[in-house]
Amino acid sequence: MNPAVQGILTIVLGVGGCIAYFFFSNQLLDKVIFPPRGPNAGRNINRANLVRPWLFLFPAIFALSIYLAYPVVATLWLSVTDRDAGGAFVGGANYSQMLAEPKFWEALRNNFLWLLVVPGLSTAFGLLAAQLTDRIAWGSIAKSMIFMPMAISFVGASVIWKLIYDTRPAGQDQIGVLNAIWVWFGGEPQTWLTLIPWNNFLLMIVLVWIQTGFAMVILSAALRGIPEETIEAAVLDGANPFQIFFKIKVPQIMGTIVVVWTTITLVVLKVFDIVLAMTNGQWNTQVLANYMYDKLFRSFDWGVGSASAMVIMLLVLPILIWNVHNARKEMR
Amino acid sequence: MASIVGKKSGLTWAVHLSVAFLVAIWLFPTVGLLVSSFRSADQIASSGWWSALSTQERQVPPVRVSGDETEQGGSFVIAGSLFDGASTTVTAWGTSSREPEAYEPGQSVDMGDGQTLTVSENGDFTLSGPESFEGARLPRIFTTASTPPDFTLDNYRNVLFSSTAAAGVGQSFINTLTVAIPATIIPILIAAFAAYALAWMEFPGRALLIAAVVGLLVVPLQLALIPVLQLHNDIGIGKGYLGVWLAHTGFGLPLAIYLLRNYMVGLPKDIIENAKVDGATDFQIFIKIILPLSFPALASFAIFQFLWTWNDLLVALVFLGTDDQTLVLTARLVNLLGSRGGQWEILAASAFVSIAVPLVVFFAMQRYLVRGLLAGSVK
Repeated sequence: MNPAVQGILTIVLGVGGCIAYFFFSNQLLDKVIFPPRGPNAGRNINRANLVRPWLFLFPAIFALSIYLAYPVVATLWLSVTDRDAGGAFVGGANYSQMLAEPKFWEALRNNFLWLLVVPGLSTAFGLLAAQLTDRIAWGSIAKSMIFMPMAISFVGASVIWKLIYDTRPAGQDQIGVLNAIWVWFGGEPQTWLTLIPWNNFLLMIVLVWIQTGFAMVILSAALRGIPEETIEAAVLDGANPFQIFFKIKVPQIMGTIVVVWTTITLVVLKVFDIVLAMTNGQWNTQVLANYMYDKLFRSFDWGVGSASAMVIMLLVLPILIWNVHNARKEMR
Repeated sequence: MASIVGKKSGLTWAVHLSVAFLVAIWLFPTVGLLVSSFRSADQIASSGWWSALSTQERQVPPVRVSGDETEQGGSFVIAGSLFDGASTTVTAWGTSSREPEAYEPGQSVDMGDGQTLTVSENGDFTLSGPESFEGARLPRIFTTASTPPDFTLDNYRNVLFSSTAAAGVGQSFINTLTVAIPATIIPILIAAFAAYALAWMEFPGRALLIAAVVGLLVVPLQLALIPVLQLHNDIGIGKGYLGVWLAHTGFGLPLAIYLLRNYMVGLPKDIIENAKVDGATDFQIFIKIILPLSFPALASFAIFQFLWTWNDLLVALVFLGTDDQTLVLTARLVNLLGSRGGQWEILAASAFVSIAVPLVVFFAMQRYLVRGLLAGSVK
């Protein structure tokens, strides 16, 4: 079957199936199982209302369990078993094998570098852009332009930036902007992506370029939410614009800054496409997600691959707990 | 606020300039690739894209004189043109690699043995001599030429429709579309029902479920790759579109439920309670009241999910496979980066084919995207 036809069919089946499921299950509940008639009408209505939420929730809970909850447990199990030995339990063997690999430590070290650089730079640039664009007439156009990379895929962004880092032999015209500038200042053309340790930072710039727009949009909304009186009071007290920004505005949007920071941190922990497309982890640029992909789908070592996936999960865990904690606090 | 800023016009100027500078830096990379995608392979390889807009002077690879000779008044003549394009102008030329700029256009040069060679400004050359050139080794002509800006759609024609150069970008475009559209639509309805239950129905365990959704929001999908792939293989789905659609649905649900629930909680309570008093069932309330009112949130999520599924690489690689026929655009681009790393005309055009759709969606629906981001992040 043609995939496009299959796609349309799936949409119709999926959407139709969903509607049919919700409609008929509700009908069944109201008309057949607990009809609001007869001697038990009142009790039946109450019972139906007890069951109904679960009818509404069932497809979502089902999909979430299979695609996100179960895999966490399954990956944990895979990480302590050996696929070649028929899935026998091997305890921490995969983990100790992984810890003995220099490539893993390189990936871990690079991931920490990414964590240090990308969320911080993106948030800082985002805050700067938000503050500056809020004060000018063509600010919304400027925002659109800075926000635009958000729509570009990581792979597309990698192609875009690879052109910037491109290298031609000395003597020829450089077609990569970075080398063109470098040579103009009198340097020798460099193959930037193999230049340890700077190549890591050149990859990070790509993600900063993408994420700054996100930070800017969120922080700009937060800046606009600051009560005008606090700023007016500061102005009356003779504060200069920099003092107003750093001492009045930033403290008031600290909560939002933290949210932006953690959101970008999550993106960084899972960064994969950029490294795969630009260096594939060569020249000391490996990161955890790409290391894991290597193990799972190139060397087919599910044990070590799952172990490294658990490392990513472990790094995400504090943010997960923090988010759940906040959500629960808000519910009360 | 505005009046205070107005007094400090120096600062205002600084702000304008810094914003212009920021915007320029942020646009520069994309513009570079866009401009490159309209240049010919030779042009991309020989000069930076920023010089594409001005007339460039550069050395042209040498051309060996060739053509049929004619006899004119006792001397033999070979005439022809060095360039196909009419717009190129020769500024200097030569006959050896040591002195490629020895002569001026129009100058007649003695080549020895009574032969003369002339290259005119538009690239026409005339080689004449007293004897036939049959079997003789003809000279090479080195030229330095200036070419005006020249843009072409050939790269796009090439990657989209040609069967040779980068076959498959067109096919991949269709594949990506096939992945993205069902994977955007299917989760919406499932999530909307769940979000309604979590927002407006009272039942034990509701708070726990909401907390679970918030938790699953950040679970890395990397963990799901192998277990879910195994599951798909076990139940017979294997690798294919159905698997990708289901996977994207599962991975997209936490955000969908979270966004929609947050939006639905904010809907006016009166409407829902009035409807209940009038005897509407939950199902009717959901279909007739909640769903239409939630349109902005639905649109926000739809855009998110579409951008995410269109731009995704990992899920497509794992659940759709690396078969040439089913490669999505992002995976195709990664392959091209490997196999045609130096051929920027193909890379640039292919990249823009993949970037174009999300950019259009982005600029058309930016309002909803921003709203969704704000609802999804600020807690």
